[in-house]
Amino acid sequence: MKAKHQRLVLALVAVGAIIGAAFLAMSALKDTAALFRTPSEVAKGQVPIDKPMRLAGMVVPGSIARDADGVTIRFLLTDEGATAPVRFRGITPDLFKEGSGAVAEGRLGADGIFVADNILAKHDERYMPPQMESAMKSEKDKAARQGRRP
Amino acid sequence: MIAEAGLAALWLAAALAGLELLLAVLGLRGRGELMASVRPIAVVQGILVAIAFACLIILFVRVDLSVALVVANDHSAKPLLYRFAGAWGNHEGSMLMWVTILALAGGAVALFERNLNERTLIATLGAQAFIGLGFYAFLLFASNPFERVSPPPAEGNGLNPLLQDPGLAFHPPTLYLGYVGLSVAFSFAVGALVTRDVGPAFARAMRPWVLAAWIMLTLGITAGSYWAYYELGWGGWWFWDPVENASLMPWLAATALLHSVTVLATRDGLRAWTVMLAVVAFSMSMVGTFLVRSGILTSVHAFAVDPQRGAFILGLLVIYIGGALTLFGLRVGTVKEGSQFEAVSREGALVVNNLLLSAILGIVLVGTLYPLMAEAMTGEKLSVGPPYFNSAAGPIALLLMVVMAAGPLLKWRRDDWRPLVARLAVPALLTALALLALAIWAPPIGIFPLLGLVLAAGVAAASVAPLWKRKLRRTPLFIWGMVIAHLGVAVALVGMASETAFTKETLVAARPGETHRVGPWAVRFDGVEPVAGPNWTAVEATLTATRGTSPARTLTTQSRMFYAPPTETNEASITTVLDGQLYVVLGNSDDQGRWQLRLWWKPWVTLIWIGGGLIALGGALSLLGRVLRERRSRLAQEAWA
Repeated sequence: MKAKHQRLVLALVAVGAIIGAAFLAMSALKDTAALFRTPSEVAKGQVPIDKPMRLAGMVVPGSIARDADGVTIRFLLTDEGATAPVRFRGITPDLFKEGSGAVAEGRLGADGIFVADNILAKHDERYMPPQMESAMKSEKDKAARQGRRP
Repeated sequence: MIAEAGLAALWLAAALAGLELLLAVLGLRGRGELMASVRPIAVVQGILVAIAFACLIILFVRVDLSVALVVANDHSAKPLLYRFAGAWGNHEGSMLMWVTILALAGGAVALFERNLNERTLIATLGAQAFIGLGFYAFLLFASNPFERVSPPPAEGNGLNPLLQDPGLAFHPPTLYLGYVGLSVAFSFAVGALVTRDVGPAFARAMRPWVLAAWIMLTLGITAGSYWAYYELGWGGWWFWDPVENASLMPWLAATALLHSVTVLATRDGLRAWTVMLAVVAFSMSMVGTFLVRSGILTSVHAFAVDPQRGAFILGLLVIYIGGALTLFGLRVGTVKEGSQFEAVSREGALVVNNLLLSAILGIVLVGTLYPLMAEAMTGEKLSVGPPYFNSAAGPIALLLMVVMAAGPLLKWRRDDWRPLVARLAVPALLTALALLALAIWAPPIGIFPLLGLVLAAGVAAASVAPLWKRKLRRTPLFIWGMVIAHLGVAVALVGMASETAFTKETLVAARPGETHRVGPWAVRFDGVEPVAGPNWTAVEATLTATRGTSPARTLTTQSRMFYAPPTETNEASITTVLDGQLYVVLGNSDDQGRWQLRLWWKPWVTLIWIGGGLIALGGALSLLGRVLRERRSRLAQEAWA
């Protein structure tokens, strides 16, 4: 390698590596990024089936039911506009309660039931995931505009 | 009074930072006599902020309810440790801790740095004061920790129970020491650019700070990972959560910087690149601080959502990073090219190391920021999770392992392929043997864990190879440091791959008296009973675990209800044995008297954190070795003079 060119070659290699990494990152992102969805979108059929996503909403009071195996639960998530059924096998987080906010991570099944691999709940009294807050707020605004009880 | 004293100390420190910057600038512009006062001012500034921080801690320990921050985050029923650590378990307090460490680091540079050109040092302290000023402004104008409330309420709101854990006392300080240590590296880089003094002397001055910051980040990440593992009760050790990424990105940049600064210090190569990396490393600290502190993220770290604060930190980020990059652009032409090296050489391997680390950094950065960008641009809300990070960063990380095995066996400046192949024969043989062993005895496992285990065998062998034919007692400490740190990577890799490939899970609803199996363990559910702690009540399950013929172990796991603030947490029961951990979580009960139990057997999972500890230990040995060597050579010089 000629002495004068070493820095140039290094810079080119670095730029190439960074472009390669960015390309790899973008193509991987396309396949794996999970969108935040609301129960209203599920009800309107706007949500593709069997794609990774997050469903955010409020757990409908009285809707949590347990299967006979004792570890599978079914419940409804609502955003005040619509409700969507969710199934989850596992231990729900400490703060997962009827009437409080939750995010289900998983896929929508062909039968219209959202199968969650993971449930995230509101962390404490002061905390609500920002995405959830805005998702619920926009539905509330819509409901208020349409003259329904928010 | 204490609150006012703290606030006054903070204002004074801010004023001194302004003065320090002014004197440094004037001093460098020809008023040389002013430079003498920069060092003492940096020291006094550090002491003042430390006083302000001490005031806040006193307020929290005494539960002084006339202070708004104490009301919001403290409670008189909390144990002393959490009243103490609660001082930084909130937004304002943690930012005050940030500037405290920043100012103390500046003071330490002023007190102890003796080798660097005086003008470069003054420029460095000026840069450090400039960073400090921004954060003083942020504290004083947007997050005053000493604000009073009137009238004072009867009781405070308490601390998020997830944060009521001994880890809180250590995890934020270690990470902040790491973040802020990188600010010193950044200031050195800016100082050297300002005085056109980029060279081996500057690299030698910067190296201990990079090393110290990197050790702290390593410890902080390792501890944070273990905290998430046992406290959240999800059984995972890394979630690719944006907050975890916020600490991983500075670590990746610091790891790259650590290796390139060595090339600059010992071989005088990679000058501009090292300066660039120092800027990038601190940028990542700032991005991390922004992500965690602005409240735009969904996590336990998002203490409060306040767009104004986010905008303020973003503004600081733009000023510092933009300023440094502009300076870099203007001055990079004056940075002389360092000495040359061949592609096949230690330097060449370190360049590849740096490129691969930078690529991983880029991938993690893109994945972390993408949801924010997408929402800002299109309004679409999405999340990027483990599938992305594992598939994009995993292959590059494994490639990095190969380079890490070969690099230390190469000679500086130039080497040849043939002797390298001979030196790598034993590690390669071990890799092949590991592959053979896994193919014969292990159940089929995924490609990443398989490659991880196989490469770990080779890396472990290659990392101790530099000790081959050396007299161990005369081997310098920094060689030991490198060997142990690289070995730590191999150890952690075994833990990660083994946990991913061989974990066994059982999820059941069990009645008292039932026995369930997980991996080699039989776990009997004995029953539940109520228990109470200082600020919580709990349901405690007792279980008996047996494995083969060894004596039975009794496990207890709790589901706790805290009452200030009212919150439930799961206290997982973790039994550590030589070859792994048995992890048990108690879930909810049902109307048939059954309790949900989640049992995990995680073979060799402990190696993840032991490896992390070894990596940090290697860093510490290396730091000690460098500092001692500098000291000896300085004493020798003084003896000659």
